Amino acid sequence: MSTPLIVSASPHATSGATTPKIMWSVVLALAPATAYAIWLFGYPALSVIAVTVFFCVFFETLCGLAMRRPPTATDGSAALTGLILALSLPPGLPLWICAVGAFVAIVISKAVFGGLGQNPFNPAMAGRVFLLIAFPADLTRWLVPQQHTGDTLFGEPVTTLDAQGRITEYGLTNVDAITAATPIGLLREKGANIVADLPGNIEFLLGHINGSAGETSAFLLLAGGIFLLIRRVIAWHIPVAYLGTVALFAAITHLVDPSTYAGPAFHLLSGGVMMGAWFIATDYVTSPMFPKGRILFGVGAGILTMVIRLWGGYPEGVSFAVLLMNACVPFFNAWTRPKPFGATTATSGGAQQ
Amino acid sequence: MSILTFRGGIHPRYNKERTAALATKPLAAPDELVLPLSQHIGAPAVATVSVGDTVLRGQTIAQPGGFVSAAIHAPVSGTVSAIEPRPTGNGTLGDAIVLTNDHQDTETSYSGLGEDWAQADAATLRDMVARAGIVGLGGAAFPSHVKLAPPPDRTIDTVIINGAECEPWLTADHRLMLESANAVVSGLRIIQHILGAPNGVIGIEANKPDALRAISQAATGTPIRVVSLAVKYPQGGEKQLISACLKRRVPQGKLPMDVGVVVHNTGTAAAIHRAVVDGRPLLERIVTVTGTAVSQPANYWVRLGTPVAHVLQHCQTELTPAGKLILGGPMMGIAQKHADIPVVKSTSGILVLQPKDATTRPASPCIRCGRCVDACPMFLVPQELGAFARLRMIPEARAAAALDCMECGSCAHACPAHIPLVQLIRLAKADIHAAARKKM
Ligand code: SF4
Ligand code: SF4
Repeated sequence: MSTPLIVSASPHATSGATTPKIMWSVVLALAPATAYAIWLFGYPALSVIAVTVFFCVFFETLCGLAMRRPPTATDGSAALTGLILALSLPPGLPLWICAVGAFVAIVISKAVFGGLGQNPFNPAMAGRVFLLIAFPADLTRWLVPQQHTGDTLFGEPVTTLDAQGRITEYGLTNVDAITAATPIGLLREKGANIVADLPGNIEFLLGHINGSAGETSAFLLLAGGIFLLIRRVIAWHIPVAYLGTVALFAAITHLVDPSTYAGPAFHLLSGGVMMGAWFIATDYVTSPMFPKGRILFGVGAGILTMVIRLWGGYPEGVSFAVLLMNACVPFFNAWTRPKPFGATTATSGGAQQ
Repeated sequence: MSILTFRGGIHPRYNKERTAALATKPLAAPDELVLPLSQHIGAPAVATVSVGDTVLRGQTIAQPGGFVSAAIHAPVSGTVSAIEPRPTGNGTLGDAIVLTNDHQDTETSYSGLGEDWAQADAATLRDMVARAGIVGLGGAAFPSHVKLAPPPDRTIDTVIINGAECEPWLTADHRLMLESANAVVSGLRIIQHILGAPNGVIGIEANKPDALRAISQAATGTPIRVVSLAVKYPQGGEKQLISACLKRRVPQGKLPMDVGVVVHNTGTAAAIHRAVVDGRPLLERIVTVTGTAVSQPANYWVRLGTPVAHVLQHCQTELTPAGKLILGGPMMGIAQKHADIPVVKSTSGILVLQPKDATTRPASPCIRCGRCVDACPMFLVPQELGAFARLRMIPEARAAAALDCMECGSCAHACPAHIPLVQLIRLAKADIHAAARKKM
């Protein structure tokens, strides 16, 4: 036998799942919502997405070189972070601010902790929250979506909804002019008596509202999330617990005071909740490892989101809620460790990193 | 029939269709057979023949070296040409009796009990099993008579025959259940008789409906329960099987007999039937020869001691260009450096993979996806055990129940980062044992 045989430890078969396959399938699941956002907002959304993704991958490559690690830029994790960050930003955001966001996400919140798998906080959300605090004005200037009349995509005069949800004619020649508060922002400012004037649930579902690029179509985000669920890329625990908690919280507050608080449909379909439930809170690295912990995580994120939305200093609470729950992951992992087969007590774990 | 299962586990690609329909053929015996004295767990056997002796097929050539040990018999007639260290399937050299085959197959005479075995007492039957050199043929190779002699304070109420055959690619047990259903059922009844166990269960994965039918038919008129098991790996793990069949959970660090159960493999049951009814020792076993590099896959009755290279010749298998040669299945089998090793009592399969199926991927960072946790049928946290192993954190690894790991490979199979979790956990287990020895 001249040629040496390959000798390695068992098992000699793998499931075929790989980190890049997982990351790129999440990107794929976000593709419809991304495409819709570009269709809806045109160039301002496209440029924000392209620049943010580019800089995330760029910084990932740079950090890999600087830290002499094997290249990770093609594993899709940085591109995914960039896409999620971009979808959580307002279209039309100055592009240099997007690059700063990418820097904070990849370099400050990921690479310095040791790179992929080591970061305690969701990098995209850390990047977004940094921008929100550093550039509050830019981060809350929301573009009104284009009212597509047919084959026009960029720059043509279109019909848009105004802040009260009435249809108004606008020209796209001066993009900055057609900004408005998001429905969820309006809710904060004016109370639920304006809810009646707000776009109907069907418009939320389809995404024909103003907001960050990724907040717009709850339906496409839901479809992407269900795709990931079926492909077993994500487990049901976090999205179901998160959405369930948001719905329950909204239902109770709405019942108590319908004039101040909007109902569950509004809260589920508006803002970043769909995006957060399916694509952000489910990030493996920054969510619990065990099923029970994932449920607690989802419930916690749901409560925090609603508390911030209803009584906090910001109109939207998803990113803060996720980051706060990220910080709690070690506790969830410690509390919900599986008991070994036939054991009477759970093992003492220790380092979860 | 409802389908029973356990928690955890994985769904690997089964690849059984290549050999499942192939009837078992006897493989021509080679010119030279190599019989390691240690083909089982426990003390090596002690040779009772010397170089130059002529032996008959079926003759005892080595006696058990202790209670936990097993006898070895000559699978062919011929002469003892050497007793010397030879390479074995676990990668080490081990003393072996080398026989030169005279191709006459002159047999000794056997005296079995026939169908009257129920008249004999447990001790007699157990002794027959011990003399026949039977060990767990599913791969564990634990001497069977030891499992038939539980301490007097343990009452065994149920015997389970493991017909799950959950290792991908392998179909040896499947063929045996089809072709020797009566022997399997009779073996179970003998085991029940020896242990005084009123309940007998045969568990078979639902992907073998023909085996389920054949065994059910053979078991009609007996109180034996034939159950259909979910197609999931490791359904045939002892604790998982007991959990699926009986809903009993073997406590941590305990044995099946502590919950009143003994598990034997189908091949073992058939061998026990032959030992008791016909008086025949264990001379051959069914081996599935398969894999992407095997052009003529087959199920063979192979004489123990047959070199793997001899088997592969009959299956038109080329080991060049270099692929992977595995003794056993893809999940728990051992990769070999060469084919110059013998088929032994525990060899259920010979799997040869083409280079493209055998390449190992480099590990990437853990993404904490939890797939290994969901896969682990022992409910461990493989990701964390792997980290402890790498950092040589011995007390932590022990506290996280590293010793509970049965090395089934489910975690590593599921891991998208290709982290060699089983290898790392083996390292942790070795460290724990070494530390324990140092303390003594
Ligand atoms: S940790 Fe051990 S028992 Fe658990 S899946 Fe991995 S190899 Fe199997
Ligand atoms: S399956 Fe692999 S990547 Fe996922 S948590 Fe386990 S060790 Fe980490």
